[in-house]
Amino acid sequence: MARVVVDVMLKPEILDPQGQAIARKLPQMGFEGVTEVRQGKRFELELAGPADEAALERVRQIAGTLLANPVIETFEVRVLDE
Amino acid sequence: MNAARVGVITFPGSLDDRDAARAVRLAGAEAVSLWHADHDLRGVDAVILPGGFSYGDYLRAGAISRFAPLMEELVPAARAGLPVLGICNGFQVLCESHLLPGALLPNAGLHFVCRDQRLRIDNADTAWTAEYTEGQEVVIPVKNRDGRYVADERTLAELEDEGRVVARYLDLNPNGSLNDIAGICNEAGNVVGLMPHPEHAVESLTGPSTDGLGFFTSLVKAGLSRAGVR
Repeated sequence: MARVVVDVMLKPEILDPQGQAIARKLPQMGFEGVTEVRQGKRFELELAGPADEAALERVRQIAGTLLANPVIETFEVRVLDE
Repeated sequence: MNAARVGVITFPGSLDDRDAARAVRLAGAEAVSLWHADHDLRGVDAVILPGGFSYGDYLRAGAISRFAPLMEELVPAARAGLPVLGICNGFQVLCESHLLPGALLPNAGLHFVCRDQRLRIDNADTAWTAEYTEGQEVVIPVKNRDGRYVADERTLAELEDEGRVVARYLDLNPNGSLNDIAGICNEAGNVVGLMPHPEHAVESLTGPSTDGLGFFTSLVKAGLSRAGVR
């Protein structure tokens, strides 16, 4: 069994008003020095077998067809340490 | 000549399927209920994907509906020329299905927007807008949370150059859509996605106008009948 993480982020050129709202709040809370916030999504997938190359390729297919919309988002796949 | 049979898909979470079916009937066509989990388009002459929050908008609006069994039938039929209109959530599903380019993201203002919206019809040559004239201004309600149309620069330029922006917001842009885009069509003009709701502007009793009726009568004007396209 292995746990694989898929991080999904909006492409840099896409406006992220939710991230902007978070960034605007920070100074009001006393947190200075943050110039930008981008909000993304993290998915954790529990695999039945090992995270070998075939399994990771399946995860990349899952990420590219369902978890992320490649028109607006990018994704990264990585295996969590046991 | 029999009336055109227009299918209206119901997904779990669809809200405006009944209004869309009613608009179809007011336009003089026959409304046919289609169920997302079937593999059957029931021989309809055109299909409407209605507004709502199919599958709760989980993950992204339209992301899960795209994989509904009925979509496996609809996508090839649309590519072969079947007239398809996606309204609001339906527009989102068409983009997620790659039947239309680009995507719809949360409104720039982060609020759900519900207002009577002035629009300009910029393409009156599609299967769904033939009843209008190019440049015609209409008032149709817009109500959405994820209505901000985005596409990369090249896609936007293509849409503009090929006249595929079907409708544009006037007065104010309710959601931050690029180029004030309210609706677009595919290259062939048979697939149209529209963020505002023409099915809510078909009767003066319940709508701000009857300006939306043209989207539904356009099919009839185009001579679409049972003997027509199929």
